[in-house]
Amino acid sequence: MNKKSLLRGLAAVTTLLALALAGPAPASDEPIRIGAFVSATGPASFLGDPELKTLEMYVERINEQGGVLGRPLHLVHYDDGGSASEARNFANRLLRRDRVDVLIGGSTTGTTLAAVPLAQRARTPMISMAGALTIVEPVNPWVFKTPQSDRMAAERVLADMQDRGITRIGLISGTDGFGRSGREQTLEVAEQFGIEVVADQTYGPQDTDMTSQLTRIRTTEGVEAVFNFGFGQGPAIVTRNYAHLDIDLPLYQSHGVASDRFLDLAGSAAEGVRLPASALLVPDALPDEDPQKPVVQGYKQAYEARWNTSVSTFGGYAYDALHLAVHAIEQAGSTDPKAIREALESIQGFVGVTGVFSMAPEDHNGLEPESFRLLEVRDGGWVLIH
Amino acid sequence: MFAEFLQYLFSGVTTGAIYALVALGFTLVYNASHVINFAQGEFIMIGGMATLSLLGMGVPMPLAIGLAILLAAVLGALLHQLAIAPARQADVVTLIIITIGASIFLRGLAQVIWGKEYHALPSFSEQESIEVMGAVMYTQSLWILGVTTLLVLALALFFTRTLVGKAILATSMNRQAARLMGVRIQFVVMLAFTLAAILGAVAGAVASPITLTSYDIGIMLGLKGFVAAAIGGLGSGVGAVVGGLLLGIAEAMTAGYISSDYKDAVAFLLILVILLFMPRGLFGSRVAERV
Repeated sequence: MNKKSLLRGLAAVTTLLALALAGPAPASDEPIRIGAFVSATGPASFLGDPELKTLEMYVERINEQGGVLGRPLHLVHYDDGGSASEARNFANRLLRRDRVDVLIGGSTTGTTLAAVPLAQRARTPMISMAGALTIVEPVNPWVFKTPQSDRMAAERVLADMQDRGITRIGLISGTDGFGRSGREQTLEVAEQFGIEVVADQTYGPQDTDMTSQLTRIRTTEGVEAVFNFGFGQGPAIVTRNYAHLDIDLPLYQSHGVASDRFLDLAGSAAEGVRLPASALLVPDALPDEDPQKPVVQGYKQAYEARWNTSVSTFGGYAYDALHLAVHAIEQAGSTDPKAIREALESIQGFVGVTGVFSMAPEDHNGLEPESFRLLEVRDGGWVLIH
Repeated sequence: MFAEFLQYLFSGVTTGAIYALVALGFTLVYNASHVINFAQGEFIMIGGMATLSLLGMGVPMPLAIGLAILLAAVLGALLHQLAIAPARQADVVTLIIITIGASIFLRGLAQVIWGKEYHALPSFSEQESIEVMGAVMYTQSLWILGVTTLLVLALALFFTRTLVGKAILATSMNRQAARLMGVRIQFVVMLAFTLAAILGAVAGAVASPITLTSYDIGIMLGLKGFVAAAIGGLGSGVGAVVGGLLLGIAEAMTAGYISSDYKDAVAFLLILVILLFMPRGLFGSRVAERV
């Protein structure tokens, strides 16, 4: 605290001196500092890489358009390589040394949770790009997040099953963090949709064959549909095994595999698979009256033109984090952390790439399950349902 | 009931045959040098990934596999010449640690060249699945089983009928005596590393249509292959195959009849029990180590 007030004092003196020397100068040329820690390399680089690219691109764009509150944005970013302890170090450096106004990160639930206590202690607003519900429940006043929680994916899938009159399902999930959390959420909310999970199977994240688990689900009495909550190559293998065993029941996947890569890996076996996904996967199929359509199309075009690779859902989380922060700073009219925090909390109807955000003191995610679009694979492509 | 059992059996045989192929590579290097080559998994990855990227360039499948095997063979020889040979005075544990280092290096290289994503290789046969008495089997499983059988036979002939093969066995039994009899030890060990790399690449190419492939697939397959080799008794070709199939079938049956949560636990329990009662594995040599 002492150091802080000393620095403040110094800053004040310097400002006075500058004023005395240069006459009335605008106090606005000092950049607004955005701090980001992402997993740009390492096992979670598929998250952090598009996130960092998105942040860099849009900070440039915003500055070209005159910045925020007439001040330029300055992006300070570090790569935590997917490690929670590195994330903690970098978050600490961003908060103490780089003195950022808003913290964006991390890419994974682990790196986010490592930095949460620091942001809280430094009283700096933090916007995470990770999925787990635990980040915003119970609510931490300083912590927000942009992706939907796994529970919403489960709710979206279960609601569609309910619409089709399905009441008994088999669940198969990965034993990694994503699959475990998804499994728990699904078991927790299934009852609300009048659905009973009659078979509950798991597989290891590196397993290469899931026919045993699927055979077991198939032979369970009364299964009407199968839901696979997983991530990476596992769900692609499940889908291939499912087609191989010729199981004639609807197969649902989670948002964990909502990317074109899944179509490449699963091939023709993916026909008829349904999953919840970001609007980013089907920007052109959205109805014209959908408020997200122009945002999603614009982001996709800009990203693909600039980086020459296809856009990913995860980059969209960074788009939303940066734009929510900018929007809140504009609303607050200053970079006072408390004002930014309050502005973030009162954001209503903000149209992002992931969904339409309406925050509340008890909801620091601000998204509805409907922000997931339900897609079906048909003829090797995505088709929007409903 | 029977169809169900058969389905679990097919599933187990499929994964088991892949483990067996990997285990064969461990066996070969162990025979020549008593080194457990932890870079073996990486050659499986190279076999799959190189075939895939050659296919992407428009090379026909058989040629792509051939070139991938050639690449692996060159890398295997280089691994020996650049990393193992300079440290030939070091003891076996040091050499094993060197192979771990080499595996990390190869994995990193693959990550830079081929990226981090998973890829699928097309099945060798047009028809992907066949039905046998109510259960279905991948045609690719038959390819894997066939290739494994061929390789086991070829290795058995190589070790018992050829001079080079006998030289490798002689080196494994008594390095000093073999040298005195005129066996060029370094050449023999290099040959073993090269052959193991070739075996790995073959395994990678035939297994990838089922397992999918990525830069880090070698970690898991290498570990399971090593376990299979240890169950069978390190150094025995037949042991590697039996160990691999046993491991694969145990996993599938556990997932099918007990719980998929305990699949790996049962596999490891199996290893504990076998190695407790038969420390040299099922087919390991019974001779006591001379002190």
